[in-house]
Amino acid sequence: MTDVRRADQDGAGEAWEMVVGLEVHTELKTATKLFCGCANLFGDEPNTRVCPVCLGLPGSLPVLNQRAVELAMAIGTALHCEIRPSTFHRKNYFYPDMPKDYQISQYDEPINVSGWLELPGGRRIGIERAHLEEDTGKTAHAGASGRIHGAEYSLVDYNRSGVPLVEIVSAPDMRSSAEARAYAAELRAILVACGASDGKMEEGSMRVDANVSVRRGPDAPFGTRCEIKNLNSLRSLGRAVDFEARRQIALLESGEVVVQQTRHWDEGEGRTVALRSKEEAYDYRYFLEPDLVPVVPDPAWITAVGASLGPLPGERRARLATLVAGALPAGAGGSPDPGVGADLEGAPGVSDADQEQISTVVDLGLDGLVTAAVEGGIPARLALARTANEAATDAAAAAGLDPRAYTSLLAMEVAGSLSATQVKAVLHDLLAGGGDPAELARARGFEAMADGALVAVVQEAVDSHPAEWDRYRGGEEKLAQFFVGQVMKATRGQANGKAVVAELERLAAR
Amino acid sequence: MTEAPGTSPGPAASAAAIAADVRSGRRSASAVTEQSLAAIAAGDGEVNAFALVTADSARRRAEEIDARVAAGADPGPLAGVPVALKDNLCTRGVPTTCCSRILDGWCPPYDATVVERLAAAGAVVVGKSNMDEFAMGSSTETSAFGPTRNPRDTSRVPGGSSGGSAAAVAAGFTPIALGSDTGGSVRQPAALCGVVGMKPTYGTVSRYGLVAFASSLDQVGPLAATVADAALLFDIIGGHDERDTTSLDRPAPRLASVVDQGVDGMTIGVLAEYLEGADPAVAGRIAQAAEVLAAAGARVEEVSVPEVRLGLSAYYLIAPAEASSNLARYDGVRYGLRVDAEDTVEMNVATRSAGFGAEVKRRIMLGTYALSAGYLDAYYGQALRVRTRIIDGFAVAYERCDALLGPTAPTTAFELGAKLDDPLSMYLSDVCTIPSNLAGHPAISVPFGTGSDGLPVGAQVLAPALAEATMFKVAAVLEAGAPVGGAA
Ligand SMILES: [Zn+2]
Repeated sequence: MTDVRRADQDGAGEAWEMVVGLEVHTELKTATKLFCGCANLFGDEPNTRVCPVCLGLPGSLPVLNQRAVELAMAIGTALHCEIRPSTFHRKNYFYPDMPKDYQISQYDEPINVSGWLELPGGRRIGIERAHLEEDTGKTAHAGASGRIHGAEYSLVDYNRSGVPLVEIVSAPDMRSSAEARAYAAELRAILVACGASDGKMEEGSMRVDANVSVRRGPDAPFGTRCEIKNLNSLRSLGRAVDFEARRQIALLESGEVVVQQTRHWDEGEGRTVALRSKEEAYDYRYFLEPDLVPVVPDPAWITAVGASLGPLPGERRARLATLVAGALPAGAGGSPDPGVGADLEGAPGVSDADQEQISTVVDLGLDGLVTAAVEGGIPARLALARTANEAATDAAAAAGLDPRAYTSLLAMEVAGSLSATQVKAVLHDLLAGGGDPAELARARGFEAMADGALVAVVQEAVDSHPAEWDRYRGGEEKLAQFFVGQVMKATRGQANGKAVVAELERLAAR
Repeated sequence: MTEAPGTSPGPAASAAAIAADVRSGRRSASAVTEQSLAAIAAGDGEVNAFALVTADSARRRAEEIDARVAAGADPGPLAGVPVALKDNLCTRGVPTTCCSRILDGWCPPYDATVVERLAAAGAVVVGKSNMDEFAMGSSTETSAFGPTRNPRDTSRVPGGSSGGSAAAVAAGFTPIALGSDTGGSVRQPAALCGVVGMKPTYGTVSRYGLVAFASSLDQVGPLAATVADAALLFDIIGGHDERDTTSLDRPAPRLASVVDQGVDGMTIGVLAEYLEGADPAVAGRIAQAAEVLAAAGARVEEVSVPEVRLGLSAYYLIAPAEASSNLARYDGVRYGLRVDAEDTVEMNVATRSAGFGAEVKRRIMLGTYALSAGYLDAYYGQALRVRTRIIDGFAVAYERCDALLGPTAPTTAFELGAKLDDPLSMYLSDVCTIPSNLAGHPAISVPFGTGSDGLPVGAQVLAPALAEATMFKVAAVLEAGAPVGGAA
């Protein structure tokens, strides 16, 4: 479905190829707005984070936020761009949520040019530019439809007006919706890693527009492109790109032409629709913003920003993969969790499932937890699995976890003093309110499942299933899992699987 | 000097003298303020220098200053000095309309930096002065509040766009005033009203709170009865402001003490191009001014900067281009006038159609056209190249000269209505002032006798960027040597 080349082979010459370039706007995580001292915050009462500058009141003047320049340079560095002296222009058009009726944006002299981003598979996507600009306010149309047509009145909230944005424009280097998604995901991870953005597509702090065209094979000239807006998730991006490519192919195959236009992705209908052609007719009358001076970062500043960047997602994924690969027990037993142990068997390398967990952990910025746990003696796969599958369910809380508490919790699992199920429960408490894992476990009554109690429950399971017990004693080791299951059921998951197996072995040897 | 019918502009006491009296307790700020308000009440019905007189707040402010003096504090170098502010300078809670219907009733929530600095120096704002709408004009006739009349002859215009500020000083309503100068809007009305008006080097005075006309050209400038007062006022409003990125990172000027140091040893060029279109009587006064400078010890020679002939054309592309963008925000959405209509775009159009006057619309259209795709380079781009050539042309002249001399305006004050329907002839009255804005250089107009009609002539002193000290010294010599009465 994502591969147009395969889906649309028609035998009549070269197969169709889609060409995708993405324009990504990301809001910068600065304390204040791009040109004034108003707080860069969301969700407040409308029009409470405003001042003469971001309301564009007569006589007000912009003053550039130095931190925004730093974050833009950090993005440029992470995307291997050339960082250059830059200027701001005015992009003139009338819109009610744009208080000056022009947007201050970098135009022909952007701060970052000519970089690249490496996809997890190793392919490089060109970055044409990454420039600074200001965000607009938000308009709400009141009335039956909620859209501009037929609205009885409109309300404007300028809290977002003047929030710093960086627009990252890729080269038209992607050839499938999967690549487009991978690019957007990787870019998001990089922006988060830079500390530049929280990368939340659904909340609009990262906004993606896709330029899509199709052509007959990789050597054909580029076709006419359409720009797709309103892509609020990676899933929307993938669906919209595929739909648009198929729409264009269908047009071309029926002898029609693709008209260059801006199109809106309708998630509910699963299709793109043309926006009014008027939108395309704008003449923005760009000219140099006379209220600002050129930005000429000195080399020392650029170097300092680069030096302050932590390791980027690609590097961090490689580091975790090395940990996982290096921790392979090469067939040795001793995995504390049957589930994880099962994965380990027969997987001497780093599996796709490992990679997926690694990506999840890195995207959420939780790789530090994994590394700390491994350094604290926890097997890498266990640390990775618990982090990707459990801690990741509340990534915000997990990011604030004390790595020592996390490590000591996993150590209890390794030592067999808590079961996997119990660890998950304690982790839930830990994420919710922090604290000492041992005390949290006691508070949940997990220490009640002492050895004596376990012996009794295991004995009862053995007594209740004499046939299975005979087969186990006869050498059918897989029946151990059956008894573990029975004990878990009886203890509502509070027993330690490893301890159950040990008790079974003890009984069988008697 | 001939007395104009209908008004009797009295010689106002200098701002420096008033402040000295108030600081020492010899006179109260309240008494000074009452005198100013009384003069306005008596004379402004005819002159119409003010769009708004803020009598109540002026009286309260004067009482504060008197209280501070009584308490032994020093209210500052402008203690108790009445001042008029051009109506494009933002005043917190006080209507600031640029004399346009589109900003009718708008009260800024903040003070312009220059207004803050005046307040910190102890000045008393007595009102907002009349101006051409959004500072677009040279006669103060495009104001939505009706025209200002020249106190020297009320059948004549005061010049513009800071005509209200110039008239307020000329009529003796206030000893000093602030205007803004984008293409001559301080100097030309100063010349036509017979007062001193100065445009500082671009970037020496903060533009924060000056409602923008053409951002790369606009500067706030002082108007005063004397060169010394103009320097005093410049010292107070000048200096770096972190709210204006284009303001130069330099300490506040300290020039009031250097204005009377003379011109001995200076080389002063008489700018030939500025005399080409000048009225013969005006040109005669400039020749006389050159003699005064030579007599004071300056080397005076004729200088040609042919590039300045291109100034007017370049200005009428750059200024409208920037204005078309700066004035886009008056769309009826947030403040000022709103004319309701079917949808937002229709509301924008209806509001702007009703709110802007003819000259403002003309310049918005000119500027929009100059920036349009396909024309940008031929018009706006070409104008920027001309601007660079003018800067280069002045640079050559300043290799030999410390300052340049020429008329401020080609003629004396013209009759009301004479040029209102002839924009090109109106634009020509700024032909000698525009090049300094394009270059970003300082220039000052000093009254220097009268023309054949008995109306004031302004001599203009131009100087290189940041050479305000030189400029003031030359101006002071001209002021001291200016002829009194009689035609040239
Ligand atoms: Zn603000």
